[in-house]
Amino acid sequence: MSKSSSFVKEATVPYNCVVLIKQVPDTKKITGQAMNDDGTVNRSALPAIFNPEDLNALELALQIKDKFGGKVTAITMGLPAAGAILRDALFRGADDAILVTDQRCAASDTLATSYILSCAVKKLDYDIVLCGRQAIDGDTAQVGPQLAEKLGITQITYVEKLLELNGKTITAQRNIGNGWQQVKAKLPILLTIVGEANEPRVAAAKKLMRYKNAQAPVEIKQRLKVQNPNADEQTLSQLVERKCGMLGEKGLLIKQWDLDFVGADLTWCGRNGSPTKVHRIQSVVLTAKESKNVEPTDGGIAEMIHELIRDKTIA
Amino acid sequence: MINVNRKGEVWVFAEQHGGKLEDIPLELMSKARHLADILGVKLASMLLGGNCKTVAKKLIQYGSDKVYLAEHPLLEHYQANSYAKVIYDLIHKYEPQIVIYGASITGRDLAPRVASAAKAGLTADCTDLQIGDHTSAKGETHKNLLFQVRPAFGGNIIATIINYDRWPQMATVREGVMPMPVPDTKRKGEIVVEKVQLAQSEFPIEILAEHKQAKKVNLKAARVIIAGGAGVGSKDNFKLIWNLANCLGAAPAATRAAVDLGFIDRDHQVGQTGTTVRPSLYVAVGISGAIQHQAGMNQSQKIIAINNDPNAPIFQIAHYKILGDLNMVVPKMIKAIKEKSIKD
Repeated sequence: MSKSSSFVKEATVPYNCVVLIKQVPDTKKITGQAMNDDGTVNRSALPAIFNPEDLNALELALQIKDKFGGKVTAITMGLPAAGAILRDALFRGADDAILVTDQRCAASDTLATSYILSCAVKKLDYDIVLCGRQAIDGDTAQVGPQLAEKLGITQITYVEKLLELNGKTITAQRNIGNGWQQVKAKLPILLTIVGEANEPRVAAAKKLMRYKNAQAPVEIKQRLKVQNPNADEQTLSQLVERKCGMLGEKGLLIKQWDLDFVGADLTWCGRNGSPTKVHRIQSVVLTAKESKNVEPTDGGIAEMIHELIRDKTIA
Repeated sequence: MINVNRKGEVWVFAEQHGGKLEDIPLELMSKARHLADILGVKLASMLLGGNCKTVAKKLIQYGSDKVYLAEHPLLEHYQANSYAKVIYDLIHKYEPQIVIYGASITGRDLAPRVASAAKAGLTADCTDLQIGDHTSAKGETHKNLLFQVRPAFGGNIIATIINYDRWPQMATVREGVMPMPVPDTKRKGEIVVEKVQLAQSEFPIEILAEHKQAKKVNLKAARVIIAGGAGVGSKDNFKLIWNLANCLGAAPAATRAAVDLGFIDRDHQVGQTGTTVRPSLYVAVGISGAIQHQAGMNQSQKIIAINNDPNAPIFQIAHYKILGDLNMVVPKMIKAIKEKSIKD
């Protein structure tokens, strides 16, 4: 086996890849308008985006499919609005999309989230589970390793390069901050992917045309409710059922799973299943205790330098 | 699940590689010592490795009362499965109330795996830890909990996280945010040797090769830092930063934006995704002061901000505010420093 080969050789078997993706508020775009008066963040004022490193995870899964064949399934746990990133995943080349949505998921911390996701992933055939190293809203990087533990599989975190896949084992390169590490392990495996791993492909025009109307039942219901404001619950569910049937025939129905369907034990879900609780939230308002304005002139700057030398800040 | 043992010890994961202790467990030691003293319990380090006994003494000198030493040839190289198993077993056996890990790549790989096995809470990337009381919405008061303080939402808010009903209370702590204690070579402590039983199957990862390079710059150790932002304008103009740094014996640094623009190498990045620094003097040149950047430098003792935008957020935390063109101001600073040293 050649260690230097990029992951092109020997392999003949296809792989089933499951990619975990998350819709996140674009925290880089936080401005004054996105803050509530009490200092909390107004999530709805921020654009919701595909978590950046999850795009790298999806790209790696698609590269594996391109090379070896197999299937790429994108799965997200979130609000109905997260259907948007599942469509995005389909546009880029995913074969299947699953929305895990349930009000009882609300207030899940990373432990409860990884539990719910593990229940969902266990319903799928998988060789490789991929996710971004971390999501930009929490930056915890915890769900990947926790999910691996719950699935009882090995994890390789901080993956920046896939070196080899040979049917039974995987060889990958991790970014360990001040260098790299090349490791080998048996499948099935969970990988967390860093942003440096690749350039995510953009949506393919053909796929965009094919999947632009793909929807999950909950999205269909929301839309039909707006279109038929006077319809009663029964009529509405008949309409939803019909629309779901039509989309299903065309392969455009995004699968929607709730906690009952994935067989989750509610003890470990949502607020109850989350050991961590918020004690306090403070907005960040940093100010210097004492500050002075320095004139940008020779005199003003020389005076400041003298002061810093006098108080031994600089030698 | 682990028993809620309110008399449990405070533990620190003593990350070492090849018998060499990392800085981060030592950084954690002064804070952990403080927490253990408030709670009136012992501070212990968990030391796992192939041959790392010699390190145990150092952990005691830096503040540990005890070191749980788990040595096994198979533990020579870190990997998540085996380390998580050994730590989980130790936690199960001794029921510590608090377990702290460095938020290094190893800590962030390991701690969630332990938390999942123990079904315990874990707060990532804390910047502070305190002991405090919490009253729940139902009016129940929980005393002496670990307050896990961390920035969230890209650093725009500071959240204090607790876990009162499932133990141990676990957190990873950012590198560089806690000052390293001064070692006391006379300090005495106890080394508890743990017998570990491990099978080859608990080592699913084969490490084929590893390459580490020393960082080109040690920002954490710098007394003075001169940092440039996107406002510096170009890689060429970034020589202003280097020149000012050279004449002060300071370390040159940068914001993420400046690094992304290619002005300087990523080793020099200060901020939430870079290095956290706490120098005596931090000079922010052409840096607007995004909250992510401030998170990495707001503990500096003195901050000078040079910016031509009076509304730049960096001015809110600066001790010396210089509103002006950095291309004029920086040369004037260099001149003033040179003149001063000639006079002396």
